[in-house]
Amino acid sequence: MEVKRERLPRAVDPSGLRVRDLNAHQLLRGSELEGPNRPAHLEGEELERYVHERVLTTTLDSAVAWARSNSFFPLAFGLACCAMEQFHAAGPRMDIARFGFEAFRASPRQADLIILAGRVSIKMAPIIRRLYDQMLEPKWAISMGACCSSMGVFNNYALVPADKFMPIDVHVPGCPPRPEALMHGVLKLRALVQDKAEPGWRGRYDAVGTEERP
Amino acid sequence: MSPPEDRTLSDYRSREQSVTLSRLDEPLVQGGETSEELLTLNFGPHHPATHGVLRLLVTLQGEVVRDIKPIIGYVHTGIEKTAEDKAYWKVIPVVERMDYLAYYFNAMAYCSAVEKLVEVEVPPRGQYLRVIHLELNRIASHLIWLGTSALDLGAVSIFLYCLRERELILDLFEMSSGQRMHTRYFQVGGVIEDIPRGFEEKVREFLKVMPERADEYGAILNSNEIVLQRLRGTCPLDAETLLGLGVTGPLLRAAGNPWDLRKADPYCSYDHFDFKIPIGTVGDNYDRFAVRLAEIYESVKIIEQALDGLPEGPYITEDRKVALPPRHELATSMEALIHHFKLVTEGFRVPPGEVYAPIESPRGELACYVRSDGSSKPARVHMRDPSFVNLQAVSHMVKGSYIADMIATVAMLDPILGGIDR
Repeated sequence: MEVKRERLPRAVDPSGLRVRDLNAHQLLRGSELEGPNRPAHLEGEELERYVHERVLTTTLDSAVAWARSNSFFPLAFGLACCAMEQFHAAGPRMDIARFGFEAFRASPRQADLIILAGRVSIKMAPIIRRLYDQMLEPKWAISMGACCSSMGVFNNYALVPADKFMPIDVHVPGCPPRPEALMHGVLKLRALVQDKAEPGWRGRYDAVGTEERP
Repeated sequence: MSPPEDRTLSDYRSREQSVTLSRLDEPLVQGGETSEELLTLNFGPHHPATHGVLRLLVTLQGEVVRDIKPIIGYVHTGIEKTAEDKAYWKVIPVVERMDYLAYYFNAMAYCSAVEKLVEVEVPPRGQYLRVIHLELNRIASHLIWLGTSALDLGAVSIFLYCLRERELILDLFEMSSGQRMHTRYFQVGGVIEDIPRGFEEKVREFLKVMPERADEYGAILNSNEIVLQRLRGTCPLDAETLLGLGVTGPLLRAAGNPWDLRKADPYCSYDHFDFKIPIGTVGDNYDRFAVRLAEIYESVKIIEQALDGLPEGPYITEDRKVALPPRHELATSMEALIHHFKLVTEGFRVPPGEVYAPIESPRGELACYVRSDGSSKPARVHMRDPSFVNLQAVSHMVKGSYIADMIATVAMLDPILGGIDR
């Protein structure tokens, strides 16, 4: 029995996505498609709009920052009470995994975010500094809770605020902060990494640029 | 490598660096070759399996722990010293932050000590409300212990399950006091506020859920071969040694000694409730696990009874010298205004004396020693924290066992470094 193979008639919809894409491609290159699918000539403003709608432009830096800010690798590190709320931020209700923060790393060399959850004693401070130094660049630090931001309710001989021995990017107030507060701080850090940090009160009082630089 | 026998160890630093390298009494592997070489491993203070910032100097022979030395003090906060500088009722918030999983217990130990000193009677409703919150907190503490311990043993999902239930408890705490942790709900003479409307129903809902969930945890872990192999028969210690070390709580009960201060020396009307003290038989890690899991059910029973029998009446003592007057009296009563002013500015004065008030925390006998010199600030506040005492049992438990069993033992020990270092 003879098998007859013949091509089916092509039913190409000229408005189809792929076709339009191809046409745009050709258009941008300067060459033109021949045949009935040839698009109408775009010129001037129309062409610009066409290109703007279809082409995503970004710098490499901001693309990398976007990727970084959506997949932090925090150090699995708890000091005291705040560590419990840190657990809860990673827990089922707050579910920090929604923002790509859930992969807690046990080794500082695999982490790029240290969350200081709890009180920093003078004995612990050099160890935290060493952990921070062991982390690879780029790295960020969140000081969670009143104790490691300002020694909190204790404010005595034994504690040291984290700013005294390492740079802190975001302070989360509270004693201990709720998981929601930590989440808020983490989102602030995300904005910071994407270079879209909120100026806060400086924005309201027209004081952007008056920040103290270390 | 020979053990440094003749070195006299005087200061802390040299003690930290030199570990007793004890010789083997019997070969580790029967019939096989044993290595004579010893290795000292620094474990912590930053390590996910140490439950905080505990540092352990472990001397290993192959995979077997020959010596272990806990080094503490990495979250020393100076709470006891801070307490000496605050009025009696302002000490409660700092004391609560010691053992940060059992904040109600810290406050309870301190408050009962001060109550003994000023001889204030807590009204029955206040006592029952305290019992409800203490037992809720015991469940919350055991849940964190169960979650993190299971995490150490390699079971990740149980951690999330435990947090799910703990959220329910924290919601209840938030409802009654406005804070999730460190609630400062207990006040000298009672509790700071009555429970809000709807609290009882919420607690009952939780009590309905909790035993089922605890059943689930038991079912998950008891059918997990890895967990069982790592817990059964590992690192047992008999009750006599534990008593000699001063160990209390679930660790002692796992070894078969039914010592529980709620039964042995009932405080806060615990003698009104009908509950059992779960005990173990062997005293190994599995018994420690099982005892704590069983305690969750007993706590649920106690809360149910306390809710059923919750008496009417005042929730805090009527003694205006100690407790703040109710808000509505301030506008009408000059007397109340004066009391309020005195309490808030100076605090109440406590007659001279010293007192030791023990209670049963999730980790054992938590006691508060308060010495008063007659002023409005305590002369000394000292906590006998069970984690601190229990930690010294760890070397007796793990010597001669594998390093993996050491992880399980530290997990089952449930040390809270905030309580140890204070």
